[in-house]
Amino acid sequence: MTQLDLIRNFSIVAHIDHGKSTLADRLIQSTGTVADRDMKAQLLDSMDIERERGITIKANTVRIDYLAKDGKTYVLNLIDTPGHVDFAYEVSRSMRAVEGSLLVVDASQGVEAQTLANVYHALDAGHEIVPVLNKIDLPAAEPERVKENIEDVIGLDASNAVMISAKTGLGIPDVLEAIVTRLPAPKGDRNAPLKAMLVDSWYDAYLGVVVMIRVMDGVVRKGDRIKMIQTGAAYGIDRLAVLRPQMVDWHELGPGEIGVFTASIKQVRDTRVGDTITHEKKPCAAPLPGFKPAQPVVFCGLFPVDAADFEDLRDAIEKLALNDASFSSEMETSAALGFGFRCGFLGLLHLEVIRDRLEREYDLDLITTAPSVVYHVHMRDGTMRELHNPADMPDLTHVDHIEEPRIKATIMVPDEYLGDILKLCQDRRGIQSNLTYAGNRAMVEYDLPLNEVVFDFYDRLKSVTKGYASFDYSITGYREDYLVKMSILVNDEPVDALSMMVHRDRAEARGRSMVEKLKDLIPRHMFKIPIQAAIGSRVIARETLSAMRKDVTAKCYGGDATRKRKLLDKQKAGKKKMRQFGKVEIPQEAFINALKMDG
Amino acid sequence: MPFGLYVHWPFCESKCPYCDFNSHVAERIDPERWIAAYRKEIERVANLTRDQVLSTIFFGGGTPSLMRPDVVAAVIDAARAAWRSSNTLEITMEANPGSVEVGRFHGYRDAGVNRVSLGIQSLDDQHLRLLGRKHTRSDALRAIEVAQSVFTRVNLDLMYGRQHQTVQDWRNELSFALGLGAGHMSLYQLTIEDGTVFGRRHAAGQLHGLPDEDLSVDFFHATLELCDAAGLPAYEVSNHATHDEQCRHNLIYWRAGMYAAIGPGAHGRLGSGADRRATEAIRDPAAWLTAVENRGTGDLAITPISAAEQATEALLMGLRLTAGIPLTELRALGIDTETWPSRRRLTESGHLTESAETLRTTLQGRLLLNAVLSELTSDLKVAQT
Repeated sequence: MTQLDLIRNFSIVAHIDHGKSTLADRLIQSTGTVADRDMKAQLLDSMDIERERGITIKANTVRIDYLAKDGKTYVLNLIDTPGHVDFAYEVSRSMRAVEGSLLVVDASQGVEAQTLANVYHALDAGHEIVPVLNKIDLPAAEPERVKENIEDVIGLDASNAVMISAKTGLGIPDVLEAIVTRLPAPKGDRNAPLKAMLVDSWYDAYLGVVVMIRVMDGVVRKGDRIKMIQTGAAYGIDRLAVLRPQMVDWHELGPGEIGVFTASIKQVRDTRVGDTITHEKKPCAAPLPGFKPAQPVVFCGLFPVDAADFEDLRDAIEKLALNDASFSSEMETSAALGFGFRCGFLGLLHLEVIRDRLEREYDLDLITTAPSVVYHVHMRDGTMRELHNPADMPDLTHVDHIEEPRIKATIMVPDEYLGDILKLCQDRRGIQSNLTYAGNRAMVEYDLPLNEVVFDFYDRLKSVTKGYASFDYSITGYREDYLVKMSILVNDEPVDALSMMVHRDRAEARGRSMVEKLKDLIPRHMFKIPIQAAIGSRVIARETLSAMRKDVTAKCYGGDATRKRKLLDKQKAGKKKMRQFGKVEIPQEAFINALKMDG
Repeated sequence: MPFGLYVHWPFCESKCPYCDFNSHVAERIDPERWIAAYRKEIERVANLTRDQVLSTIFFGGGTPSLMRPDVVAAVIDAARAAWRSSNTLEITMEANPGSVEVGRFHGYRDAGVNRVSLGIQSLDDQHLRLLGRKHTRSDALRAIEVAQSVFTRVNLDLMYGRQHQTVQDWRNELSFALGLGAGHMSLYQLTIEDGTVFGRRHAAGQLHGLPDEDLSVDFFHATLELCDAAGLPAYEVSNHATHDEQCRHNLIYWRAGMYAAIGPGAHGRLGSGADRRATEAIRDPAAWLTAVENRGTGDLAITPISAAEQATEALLMGLRLTAGIPLTELRALGIDTETWPSRRRLTESGHLTESAETLRTTLQGRLLLNAVLSELTSDLKVAQT
């Protein structure tokens, strides 16, 4: 057990690419927590997807022992948090478990929108914040300008910001000293009854559910009988450990300490993040305030390409759900796609991550239907229905009006791109609510419909600003608008998986873009295929895919039989990646690519 | 069912830019070693097909007309000794219309060759150069004349859909060629294959003037029309002849029959039913020779072919024929010809003909044969035979 004044708990707030994971790697490495030979980049990002995309999805923790200049050895607990807006919820709850944050800002880029959002989470959690300017070794670095930027945008004193280069290791000792000298030690009473916060939990194939806790008061030991106050469930602690970042068995955890335990818990859903853990026999008086569970905001259908894989998909979704309580699913049947699941996500990145994981970790081929937000359909009889799937749109004669979710979007961008951003937001039915400048960077706030953002807003934003814009949003509420269901007909058959809710004024443009895309995405058949977009029975856009006219091998003799046969077998396997709609086969990529918008 | 022997001669004087066949340009060839190797291979495969009656021999390549006539004679004699042969043994040789080759025509005839397939490709000197051919129009005309006087049966190979060729150009060229009186015409649309000079140029966007799909269809129809008028109807996608002049060797392939194959890279099909096997010889000529000499076989692999694979092969080969495939043959292969939704669909859409006796493509279906096959094999039900 560690003395309170020798503990520092902190997180790192940074925009993607500003060097958060590299800094974490350096802190771990320079303190000898992980031997050099075991070091790899983005050490705390354990998922392939995290490493590939250079993002953090799940919060991760490491306990570092640091011998400070004052001659004392401190325990530093770093919680590495996700940077992306979809996982803001995960960030805010992780921040409750620590007392301070390092604010890492790229010395040439300045503060970005997501940084801002996460700094506010840190301030909300009452954190002490140490600004760190990274990449100061780069020629483009402008530390003084960025310091001003921090002061202007966040209102944080940046005069004694730590100057570092995480890449070269420059300034890393200063960061460690700043953590010890400038961040507060945790508080707590070792003799009080146990009170610990459930920070996170995840499923490990070997260990079952692993629960991460932050002890507030009291002491927890291996073998203790503990109780979770909200769920009321009691367990015996099988294993108590700290993360370095691998699990290392630990005898006990006292106030201010962060660690993990296992306790024969079956699934992640049995644990509630933010719950208070105490001893069964000697409970604490008042529980911690707890958190609201995260609500999915984007829904889409996931269907197996090969209908025979439905059971495998069901198993995979159940297993993923073990580890991700923020992702919801229920069975769905589509006329075109057969059996699948309607799934809810925290945002588009979350959707992509889950889909990638299902495909890679469970070796499934999936069709993803158009992402949809949750609409409020107000019926003439005064009732309200939540619409997660355009296919469930009730008969219009019974509908009084429809409301859609709106967001407040915060975008930060160098002023030369401001015009493009304003146009993009305008095109997506946005209403500007604020525009301010800090140096040559603009911060613009828009009130936008979420459904205009779920498709490819973020991709468009990045492309029109060459990656210089950053974006964050929060849902503000619901508002009525003129929304209609647009259907897509291929060879006169409606393809339910491509139907979507759109604003009436945008329907023609959307419909046109969809049918043009589909014309390129659907391979030619032996007959011509009309592709139409329609609102009700009214066709608003139409294209015709011409018929294939000649496709025959000129020479085929004895030596060609094997090769041609193998080619046909390969095509047969390829056909499994197609979906049959009446007489037409649509490749699975078409479902995803048809939804991407240009401009 | 007739049985045939394919003999592959892998050498050419030079490699043509469109050709993806197993052909090599060799510095030196030792004819005695090749004779011995072919003999050894004939004995080996004859032992696997003892009870067969040999109906056809086909010398393909490469450029078999670079073989010395005594090598050809040795192979034919060995084959006649190894198998009982039919009274009407068809022996075809592919030949280049070059002057050297033409000089050997009498020798080939004396060796037993009775049918020659001349790789004319074009009767336009500029196009011949573009196609990388060494011969000229006058070489070709001379070769045709000599071939017709020496052999009873002559085929002309021509290629259409060449760079910057118009349908009218082709009609003129084909009409002239048909007027020369050959009893069999193999007329291929130029196909750009991966791994060839044309393939690389095409990928680099440097092969201009090739016909688009609509123009290809026009070429195809013009070809059918002129051949029909000349009394040489199409009996296969690219082959046109009167009934008696049809190539019996190639018909074995298209009817999914049995054929032994020797020589580098040659593919054979032996046996039927559960005994059906594919043979595949080593591609590299030197390696093939050494293997035959030292190991006693030039085959790389002999692979059993499942009932489902046999069914697929029967379809992909047989539907190339205008006559189609007798349903009895498909049923003998275990194919359920009745529970076959794609067959019904393709019949309704006009790609297959309605018939109780044969499975046959319409002209429209033959033009889209790859798509038709892809459909038909997608829901093919085959019982184990």
